[in-house]
Amino acid sequence: MIAGISIYEIFTLTSILFFIGIYGFITRKNLISILISLELILNASAINFVIINKYLYPDVLQGVFFSIFIIAVAAAETALAVAIIINLYRQISSVEVKDTEIMKY
Amino acid sequence: MEKIVFYILALIMIVAAIASVTSRQMLRSVIYLLFVLIGVAGIYFLIDYNFLAAVQLTVYAGGIIVLVIFSVLLVHHIEMELEMAKLSKKLITGLVCLIGLGVFLSVIYSTNFNVVENSKTTDVSDIGMGLLSYGAGGFILPFEVISILLLAAMIGAIIIGKGDKLTKNDDTL
Repeated sequence: MIAGISIYEIFTLTSILFFIGIYGFITRKNLISILISLELILNASAINFVIINKYLYPDVLQGVFFSIFIIAVAAAETALAVAIIINLYRQISSVEVKDTEIMKY
Repeated sequence: MEKIVFYILALIMIVAAIASVTSRQMLRSVIYLLFVLIGVAGIYFLIDYNFLAAVQLTVYAGGIIVLVIFSVLLVHHIEMELEMAKLSKKLITGLVCLIGLGVFLSVIYSTNFNVVENSKTTDVSDIGMGLLSYGAGGFILPFEVISILLLAAMIGAIIIGKGDKLTKNDDTL
């Protein structure tokens, strides 16, 4: 654990990061910006897993494993999302959310 | 000493995250995100999970950021400025986020955590043994599932990214 830093301060930091991510997710109008906000949210939750593991249950490693799984899922998700965005850009020449209509229904 | 390092990291991460969701230029927003991810790796280093910090640096800072930068460069002109949401929508969203943050913090600060004082360092071999053991508390099944998921996602990304060329080739064969 970090000397002199309580668990509350780290939770404050991750909560702030999480809500900045939510703010970006709602206000942005561009698919790639939404992807960036999503990365912020995923990272905040991954830090929480690791911090709870280290501060409350230092004898086991479950939080580290879950954090590794979160990183792997985030990598897969980003690769798929970038492929979809580039394919969409080929067809409608735009990545704005309001122009994206051909994938509905 | 570690306290000062943590506060500096936290300050950098929060400022870069706010800049990342409010910047009007796409490429700058990605670079600010890179600062946030490096800050996260710094926190993993501070609490002695060196393997996780290395994974964070290679996968996020090395892989995902490069992928996003590629897609930005393929899709946008560099000077293009992003369309922003209306001011009223921004204010309402900011207010809702602040209320949510208040709820989170009030719940967190009213909870009593049983913090265990420790200074254990974790070896990479412990993580490897835990991931590959099939005894109690082992993670062999999720490990296999995640590897299949990664393979499927990569194949899917290639097929979607290639677009309709694949089906055209099928017709000629």
